[in-house]
Amino acid sequence: MTIGYIVRRIGIFFLIVITAVTLNFLMPRLRTTNPIQSRMNQLAAQGGVYENQIQELIKIYNAKFGFDQPLWRQYLNYWGDLLRMDLGVSVAFYPQTALDMIARSAPWTIGLLTVSTMIAFVLGTLLGALMAWPRTSSIATALSPLFMTLSAIPYYLVGMLFIYLIAMRWRLLPVGGAYSSGTTLSFSLQSALDIGEHAILPAASIVLSSIGSWGLGMRAMMTTTLGEDYLHMAEAKGLKPATIFKDYALRNALLPQITSLAISLAMVMSGAVLVEVIFGYPGVGNLLFKAIAGNDYFVIQGISLFIILSIGVVLLALDLLYPLIDPRIRYRQS
Amino acid sequence: MVRKENHFLEALGRYRLLIAGALLVLLITLFGLVGQLFVPFERAEVGAGRPAKPPSAEHWLGTDQQGRDVLADLIYGTPTSLQIGLIAGVLGVTIGALMGLIAGYTGGMVDEVIRVIVDILLTIPSLMILIIVASMLGAVSVEAMALIIAALSWMWPARTVRAQVLTIRERMYVQLARFNGASNMKIIIGELLPNLAPYLAANLVGAVSGAILASVGLSTLGLGPMTKPSLGLTFYWAITYGALIRQMWWWFLPPIVIIVILFLGLFLMSQGLDQIANPRLRSKA
Repeated sequence: MTIGYIVRRIGIFFLIVITAVTLNFLMPRLRTTNPIQSRMNQLAAQGGVYENQIQELIKIYNAKFGFDQPLWRQYLNYWGDLLRMDLGVSVAFYPQTALDMIARSAPWTIGLLTVSTMIAFVLGTLLGALMAWPRTSSIATALSPLFMTLSAIPYYLVGMLFIYLIAMRWRLLPVGGAYSSGTTLSFSLQSALDIGEHAILPAASIVLSSIGSWGLGMRAMMTTTLGEDYLHMAEAKGLKPATIFKDYALRNALLPQITSLAISLAMVMSGAVLVEVIFGYPGVGNLLFKAIAGNDYFVIQGISLFIILSIGVVLLALDLLYPLIDPRIRYRQS
Repeated sequence: MVRKENHFLEALGRYRLLIAGALLVLLITLFGLVGQLFVPFERAEVGAGRPAKPPSAEHWLGTDQQGRDVLADLIYGTPTSLQIGLIAGVLGVTIGALMGLIAGYTGGMVDEVIRVIVDILLTIPSLMILIIVASMLGAVSVEAMALIIAALSWMWPARTVRAQVLTIRERMYVQLARFNGASNMKIIIGELLPNLAPYLAANLVGAVSGAILASVGLSTLGLGPMTKPSLGLTFYWAITYGALIRQMWWWFLPPIVIIVILFLGLFLMSQGLDQIANPRLRSKA
């Protein structure tokens, strides 16, 4: 791994950040009517209860945007606010700040996504490897069309079927939420089990509908690897098929899968937003849904920025780690 | 005569995934187009029947919370989603192919810049950008939505086309054409495009299905066109009115079935086209 590669990769990360921030800055300014005003009208129509809060909001809003200042000045201010971690206040749940709301929901999303992505990655990769292997048992061959079909369906539709069948008809698992309502969470086994029970269905809908795409990628890699000379060599040496599969074929085909892991993260995230909505899971996806419904525009912006940044960070980490895992890769400017 | 039949069967066998997929997509398209001949639009409007009733002789798939006939809603909503997908997919692949051609053929600085843009846009979840854009625009029209989605679906085509152009460019027949004094335009149209066709077709199917996925997702979040029926809007109302909890299966199951058939069809088509583009995969399908 050369210095040039690291610099280039970090440069791309900063370009992602700048693109995201600039987009967030420009979009509301392209809009002819402003969302705060429409929300304010909504509040005013409900009665004068919020009158002083409305005035306060308008003040914050004007200060935030500083429409009287030139555009470049507004842009710099926007960056200044971001660097001070000031994402603005929620309009729907005033006086909560957008940052607080995101910080409260982020752990749920991160937990759900990490666990389900890892399970799907392991199972899918194994399935794909078995599909390309000539001596595969008939179970893997029989299962693959099922997972291929599932991979063509958006996660949240699988989730809807789960809710209808498993939670509503058979009453086996909770319908939604991340823990039983009315309980306080603590660091106890009971809480952990409760959280686990609630996470099964949302996680399963992500896992089931993403196994197939991991399998497809792995099958292609495995097919290529099986044609390599060292595999014929291993066979000629009379090694056991299981050893050849595990140590010669699987290991070598596995590495490019990690690159796909990086690329697919953005897609998994997009899909998970709707899964959370369907299950009423208290993560950022659900928060986003509520924010859109309530015209809660600082929160919408904050969430999109949060998601783009966190994916950017994970990708950067994966890209920097990758050459360490795969010694065949030497990133060089060629 | 006999030989001809064998050829036909052989082709049928080789393209069976593609054909099966195309038939499924055709089925869904016809459901909307033919259905509209028999079911008037009034039945898809609010208050067409008594609200939240299960299937009956009068309403084959029941009615939703606001009294829309679910079958009529789907008949008029499915083409909307297909239309957005098709417009966005075609536009996206066209932009992507142009970008890929330019990047792969010119190389150098231009290539570098396009590659960085593609890399950045690929890592940003496009749903997030779509959400920012759609939530700022307020109510969007079908065409506007297709344009927004198209603007974010050209990266994959650009990437594959660029990679293909890089390899094809160096092949003997292209070199020969160049030595014979063919212009760049002539080489691109005469030599590169015919070879890119199967990749472009596979990309088009992928882009269309991605665009439908995005448009249904956005509408499900309440960010799509709210006045014209679409599959996503049906989900949006079903979720908003708690159709799942109230076990109103006739409301949310039919659109799921339609989407499953549609995506399965598109998926089979892309697999079939992939096999044509990479013969190596064929034996293991």
